[in-house]
Amino acid sequence: MKKNLNGKVSGLEKRRAWTGVLFCSPFIIGFILFMIKPMFQSFMMTFCEVQVGAGKFDLVFTGLTNLNKAFRVDPDFSRFLLEGFARMIVYSLAIMVFSFFVALVLNQEFHGRALVRAIFFLPVILSSGVILGLETNNSVIAMIQADISDSMQGVSITVVLEDILKTAGVGVRAYEQVFTLIDNIYDIALASGIQIIVMLSGLQTIPKSMYEAASIEGCTAWESLWKVTFPMVSSIFLVNWVYTIVDFSMRTDNDVMSKVSDIMVQNLNYGLASAMAWSYFVITIAFLALSSFIISRRVYYYE
Amino acid sequence: MSNTAVMSAPAETGRAQAKPKMSVYKRRKLMTQAAISICRFILLFGLCFMIIQPILNKISVSFMTEEDLYDPVVVNIPAHFTTENYTLSAEIMSYKEAFKNSMIISLTIAILQVSVCTLVGYGLARYDFPLKNLLFGCVLLMIVVPPQVISTSLYLHFRFFDIFGLIKLITGNAINLRGSVLPYYMMSAGCMGLKNGLYIYLIRQFFRNIPKELEEAAYVDGCGTLKTFIIIMLPDAKPILTSCFLFAFVWQWTDGLYSSMFLGTTKLVSTSLSRIVDSLGAFIMRELGIQTSVSVAYSNCILSTGTLMIILPLIILYLFAQRGFVESLAQSGIKM
Repeated sequence: MKKNLNGKVSGLEKRRAWTGVLFCSPFIIGFILFMIKPMFQSFMMTFCEVQVGAGKFDLVFTGLTNLNKAFRVDPDFSRFLLEGFARMIVYSLAIMVFSFFVALVLNQEFHGRALVRAIFFLPVILSSGVILGLETNNSVIAMIQADISDSMQGVSITVVLEDILKTAGVGVRAYEQVFTLIDNIYDIALASGIQIIVMLSGLQTIPKSMYEAASIEGCTAWESLWKVTFPMVSSIFLVNWVYTIVDFSMRTDNDVMSKVSDIMVQNLNYGLASAMAWSYFVITIAFLALSSFIISRRVYYYE
Repeated sequence: MSNTAVMSAPAETGRAQAKPKMSVYKRRKLMTQAAISICRFILLFGLCFMIIQPILNKISVSFMTEEDLYDPVVVNIPAHFTTENYTLSAEIMSYKEAFKNSMIISLTIAILQVSVCTLVGYGLARYDFPLKNLLFGCVLLMIVVPPQVISTSLYLHFRFFDIFGLIKLITGNAINLRGSVLPYYMMSAGCMGLKNGLYIYLIRQFFRNIPKELEEAAYVDGCGTLKTFIIIMLPDAKPILTSCFLFAFVWQWTDGLYSSMFLGTTKLVSTSLSRIVDSLGAFIMRELGIQTSVSVAYSNCILSTGTLMIILPLIILYLFAQRGFVESLAQSGIKM
């Protein structure tokens, strides 16, 4: 904001500032009422026992009992937390690679591109809300898919490749992880609709002249992928990474989250539920902050 | 076209460039191009098929009778074609009522959320005021905080709803807003609905790219603040607003978390779909008068039919809007 000679903010500037505040006022009010207050309250609940009475509820301070219960008494919570976290890291990495790759292909020009793009963004609809949770435990569809793969006598390229690599004895654990990812590529494709769009938007901001310059300097297509495309979209990787992690921690088929809502809605144990939700949230945020710090140091900004 | 060959078969391109002779070079280039297209076609065909296949399977299952489900010969094409599954699941889900409710709620919520988010995004993008960056930080925080963290408290907040103790002063009791639709509208009006932080972020990003001269010219020509916003800025932002509206509509349509938390008693397609298997059991028990358990295969068949019926309106909407939707998002140039 500019200040005039007397060191005061000028009238017009002041009025503009107030207009800005006015435009943002719904958010400010909403944020205070429905975000800060509930967040503070549920943070308090983490250390309290909530007693719901007629017309009111009371908080009785109990210290770390809830956290203790969540981590050391509850049989499932720490396991869910650990498993969910391992899954999140592996899948998020896979989604990043997949969305980059698909966006590169979809950015090329070919016949029927509009149709293919439309199909790839269909998961934005298919993987939202309740549908995703129901999708995973539909055994009839699973049966049909098993039937189809049976009719090919169990010969699939991944199985053959896996056998070859296993007998060759190359670093088995890492390969197993890769093969589970390939087997679950449907899940990855479903989860990466938005990421592909974001990545495409990043690819389209790269000026064509850069590739021309690179090819005149003698870059092959492969080299210009790593020397031009990759640095130019590296900031998009950061956006995608944050979005993927956040999206993953909020999914409806997430074990931790369904555990939290079970405890809240069925057992009516609000204290324990908020203790679990908060510890999950804090761990996720810490991981997100750390990883995006590492990524952001390697991001290249072109101005 | 310059980055056409970026992904596939880079080695061939390298070899092709090494050849000095023009005709050979051209032929090689043509062949590489053909090879790339074929590879690309196979790859994309496989991936697209993988994404669509579950829908196709669901369609074929939804037309099968129960005996077809157990028949090992029948895989994709039903032997006894029937539409009974559709009538049954429509009845169980009370589809007409749920559809109407969902339509009304999703439409109004989406319009409300997008209009409020537009105001906030515009304010954040075009105006300077103290603590603006802090406010934007709050938007980012909102994207990151999962709704489950605050849901415990919100649950109680609306169970014993009160505005600064005023209502208690008058009536002597706090109001129970659980089960009514009001809390969710209030949250949406305060930008706290499902994924609203994302819409604010996208809209802000868009408005930031509009040149300042446009706004100044409008001021010089005598437009006020509001008039500039409505006449100059809004028409430009149409693509991004459409995308946000579609997101808001689709996500609200299929949302389970907020719906079960705030709209529990209203019949919605999303909540009735998530209960469809239990409702099927109850329905059959009521019809036959005896306690039976529904077979897994049949309940899953009904589940697939129900899922199809719910995503059908979305797919129709998507078919009409996808071009503008995808292109506008792809061209908005999202940056951190």
